[in-house]
Amino acid sequence: MSRQFKYQDDEVILKSFNWQSMTRLFAYLKPYRSAVVRVVFVMTVFGMMTKLAIPFLISLAIDRAIDPKNGQGSVPLLLGLIASMLALYALRWWAQQYTIRQTNVIGQNVITDLRTALFKHIQGLSFRFFDKRPAGSVLVRVTNDVNSLQDLFTNGVINSVIDIAQLIGIVVILLLMQFKLGLAVMVTVPLMFVVSSTLRKRIRFAWQTVRIKQSRINSHLNESIQGIRVTQAFAQEQENIGFFDGMNRSNIRSWNFASALNQLFGPVIEVTSAVGTLILLLYGTHLIRYEGMTVGLLVAFITYVSYFWEPITRLGQMYSQLLISMSSAERIFEYMDEKPIVAEKPDAAQLPDVRGHVRFEHVVFGYESDRPALKGIDLDIRPGMTVALVGHTGSGKSTFVNLLCRFYDTVEGRVLIDGTDVRDVTLDSLRSQIGIVLQDTFIFSGTIRDNIRYGRPDASDAEVEAAARAVRAHDFISQLPDGYDTEVQERGSALSMGQRQLLSFARALLADPRILILDEATASIDTETELRIQEALGTLLENRTSFIVAHRLSTIRHADLIVVLDHGVIVEQGTHQELMRLENGYYRGLIDAQYRFLSA
Amino acid sequence: MNVFRGLKQFFWQDKGFLLGAVLGLAAATALGLVYPKLLGVLIDDMIVPGEYEGLVGLALLAVGVVVVKAGCQYVHGFCGGRVGNRVAYRLRNVCYEKLQVLPFSFYDSARTGDLMSRLTADIEGIRNFIGFGFAQLLNTAFLVLFGFTMMGLIDWQLMLLTLALIPVLSYIAIRFELNIHPVFRAIRAAVGRLTVSVQENIMGVRTVKSFASEKHEMKKFEAGNQHYRDNYLALAAVWAKYFPVIEFVANLTVALLLLVGGIRVIGGSLTLGELVSLNGMLGMIVAPLWTLGFQINNYTQSKAAGERLLELLNQPVTIRNPEHPIVLDDKEVKGHLKFCDVSFRYPNHEHQPSALVNFNLDAPPGSIIGLLGGTGSGKSTIVQLLLRAYDVGEGAITLDGADIRLLELTSLRRQTAIVFQESFLFSTTIRENIAYGRSDASDEEIVEAAKLAQAHDFIMELPLGYETVVGERGMGLSGGQKQRIALARALLLKPKILILDDSTSALDMETEQRIQQSLRQVMAGRTTFIIAHRISSLRHADEIVVLDRGHVIQRGKHEQLVRQPGLYRETYRTQYADRPDELEPVAEGRRVSG
Repeated sequence: MSRQFKYQDDEVILKSFNWQSMTRLFAYLKPYRSAVVRVVFVMTVFGMMTKLAIPFLISLAIDRAIDPKNGQGSVPLLLGLIASMLALYALRWWAQQYTIRQTNVIGQNVITDLRTALFKHIQGLSFRFFDKRPAGSVLVRVTNDVNSLQDLFTNGVINSVIDIAQLIGIVVILLLMQFKLGLAVMVTVPLMFVVSSTLRKRIRFAWQTVRIKQSRINSHLNESIQGIRVTQAFAQEQENIGFFDGMNRSNIRSWNFASALNQLFGPVIEVTSAVGTLILLLYGTHLIRYEGMTVGLLVAFITYVSYFWEPITRLGQMYSQLLISMSSAERIFEYMDEKPIVAEKPDAAQLPDVRGHVRFEHVVFGYESDRPALKGIDLDIRPGMTVALVGHTGSGKSTFVNLLCRFYDTVEGRVLIDGTDVRDVTLDSLRSQIGIVLQDTFIFSGTIRDNIRYGRPDASDAEVEAAARAVRAHDFISQLPDGYDTEVQERGSALSMGQRQLLSFARALLADPRILILDEATASIDTETELRIQEALGTLLENRTSFIVAHRLSTIRHADLIVVLDHGVIVEQGTHQELMRLENGYYRGLIDAQYRFLSA
Repeated sequence: MNVFRGLKQFFWQDKGFLLGAVLGLAAATALGLVYPKLLGVLIDDMIVPGEYEGLVGLALLAVGVVVVKAGCQYVHGFCGGRVGNRVAYRLRNVCYEKLQVLPFSFYDSARTGDLMSRLTADIEGIRNFIGFGFAQLLNTAFLVLFGFTMMGLIDWQLMLLTLALIPVLSYIAIRFELNIHPVFRAIRAAVGRLTVSVQENIMGVRTVKSFASEKHEMKKFEAGNQHYRDNYLALAAVWAKYFPVIEFVANLTVALLLLVGGIRVIGGSLTLGELVSLNGMLGMIVAPLWTLGFQINNYTQSKAAGERLLELLNQPVTIRNPEHPIVLDDKEVKGHLKFCDVSFRYPNHEHQPSALVNFNLDAPPGSIIGLLGGTGSGKSTIVQLLLRAYDVGEGAITLDGADIRLLELTSLRRQTAIVFQESFLFSTTIRENIAYGRSDASDEEIVEAAKLAQAHDFIMELPLGYETVVGERGMGLSGGQKQRIALARALLLKPKILILDDSTSALDMETEQRIQQSLRQVMAGRTTFIIAHRISSLRHADEIVVLDRGHVIQRGKHEQLVRQPGLYRETYRTQYADRPDELEPVAEGRRVSG
């Protein structure tokens, strides 16, 4: 069996675009409506007109000033015409500057608005949303998917309007200048459209294959770098090299195909336009010969016809771009349509400062409707108590915590804090009074100080240091190169697990919540840090209601109340001494097993 | 050009395609200049004198020129695409192979993001330059040369007149490039900043929500978002400043030609057709000059990309096979490991104390060695040295009496299996992850290994069982579940030497206990190294080595060490200080009697 890695691919876009998402997307342009109108006006009137007027002026210069049919050329007229050309060029200079600036301002603002709206929406979503998706895929929506709309809004939309205007402008001018020749030359326009759109469609599909294969390669590269130690320890280098070569080869094959097709585009359009050239030369000369058309007009025609091809190509590119953008837009809107499962009531009140009286009233809950995680929990915790939650994985300990913070809503029953249902108050006022210390401490990039201050950004430096001292974190922090101002990178990877834990204690202490939830780390920590953590715990738990998802015997033993959970039910509760007295008790069984293990 | 000499081996074998790309473009350019010339002929020789005999021939010739030109263009595109792709393919393979063999010490200081950008963006840069950029740069030179020669053949004075504007245009184009360069760098930084702010917010969502700091996060994000926008607007500003000027100057040359040329046509020293030809040619020369800035940029960027690739490719492989390696016969290996006076200092840490000092250890087949110590004590170093992830500084490590530096590397590593502290799973099925070290393993063997690692039960509870795709983008597993899969991966190898580097930390005690039982069964007669902080994990070792800053401070069996004052007993007390007194004598008693 040869090596196989599996990477999730982006979907292949087969359909033409979704009008609904497009309307929704373009609604973001609305606040900038007047700016859009101004830019389009300036660009079509000044930008396009100047561009189209120049060949006409040149033809006038040839026919009237340089080589008039009857009579002598006129230098003053030539000077006049060239002066007006220069005036037009200057006008165009200004118009272009204005357009480039304004289209970018509009486009970047739209993108910024869209990203803010998306990020804000995601901020409001509940845990379930994040539980279902790997962090990377959420990140990609907020960054890459939004970025891919950037071109559409900065250049794409406005340029397309201008391109269409230019095409119409050329058609009108050609027909006005020489109706018959104009008509004859325009025969090639539909031909160009057909050829370019057929070819472009194939090219698009070819590039899509390349993109998909390329992103697989990138995923694999990323993974193989991160897992290199495993690879080398298991001596799998040769197998990986073989796998990668296959991947690389297949990518290059698609790339060769796409590139060969892509390179065909320019030449094919050029050959198509040769038909126009042939008509122009033969029929144009015919008109000069028999119907008195001027040479200047022929030269102008040649220039105008060459102007056709630019907007047509660009519009084709724009269409491809639009298809890609729409699939990004659909992905963005998919997230925007996610509803938070925990929503504030419209009349939600502020939760006043609480004393910390927690009550669970016949609480039933399940993450999936057919698999209950808590099956009727009743519990009454007086302010200031330390409660240890004990039980196996899946017993419902974490669910208990999730409901208390209202990360999820109960299916039946209620959770009350100081007699108030948690569903009746604002999330912000509820959660700012509950502190959580998670098992895996998340360290944000920034200084140590910023990280401790995370829960209370207005805390003074002295307060930060006092909190760190209280949880015994000060010592290791002051040994860091820049003390409290040491920048922590890559999620604090330079700190040990235990040090991160101490930091999160300091963070929680500084925030000084009335209710504290502590998810004890299971991972082992070296003895010195372990000692500090145990000391720090005492400080942290003082004067507040605390719930501890406990793994350490020391923590459990000193709790005022031990709640033993099993399969979503409270099987025992009481103090350590009380529970140890129960013959065949569940708790006693757990404790005994640990010691048996040690001495077996 | 030194860089490209270094990269020559990757593109020179395709010199045919390279030549095709350059000649195709040059021919297309030359033919492009023929068209305005034909137009001049049409006007001067047919329309003005009214002699139309050759008209159809001329028109067909013009069409023929266009068609041949398009053909040449295609040859350029096709050859350029091919040579670029081949170079990219080779470079990517070679870089990947290099990454596979670079030693751990390289990865200690390398960052994933940096390596990724070398293997993606930098290779992309080389692909474009070798395929197209190089030909385009040459072509610009050709065009200026051909174009002005042809213009000079028609009228050298007018040629010189227009030639005067070329330096102006080039100057502006290069200024533009210089100005836009720092903006691009700032944009890259802004993108990075925005990404980090979003990434941290998502990964730390639990912390964010539990501190109710969504507003603070929103502010942080908006600052990043604005910064991103402002940088793009700065880019637009540079663009708006230069682009219209370049076009204006280019237009100026046209106007100048028309003025001076027009006056000369009126004066009779130039024909109308010649003027039209010159005008057409000028347009063709000016177009690529606009992009001169970009072309130069393209060159410098791809040169820098090439340097970064060569730097990677020239990284020394410090851990390599000896000249006459001893290939171990899997059946013969007993697994007797010895460390004799081993000292070691990490590369790039010369100013720091040694990670390991005069370390001695004898691990006969069948023994269990426990290693305990704080961060930086040297316990992980021991393991990495025996895998030959690094070479010892002084002393030697021997396997069955042979210095491991004399052994064939792959055959050495085949004897060992390690479960790392951070369990790494690849993006594939659980089955493939377990079979990572032995792709020929049967389903039965895989299930067997999973059962031993206490992973089978939870795997079977997953909707797709062993076919569940895990890894970064797959199904999320808990830390303990990942550890058990990583353990199954190691056990499947039935290694002579098994190393557990703090790899059962996320398991509850009962699971760990069951795993220890299976280890006893699998590792009978084989050597096991266990690094742990938990006394319960080390308890059964034949020898426990306690380390501190590279030195052995205690060694012995559990029973001996708990009786000595020292780090081991302290650790024991910390973990079991709360041990209920009533259980103590019972446990002691059992141990004594057992």
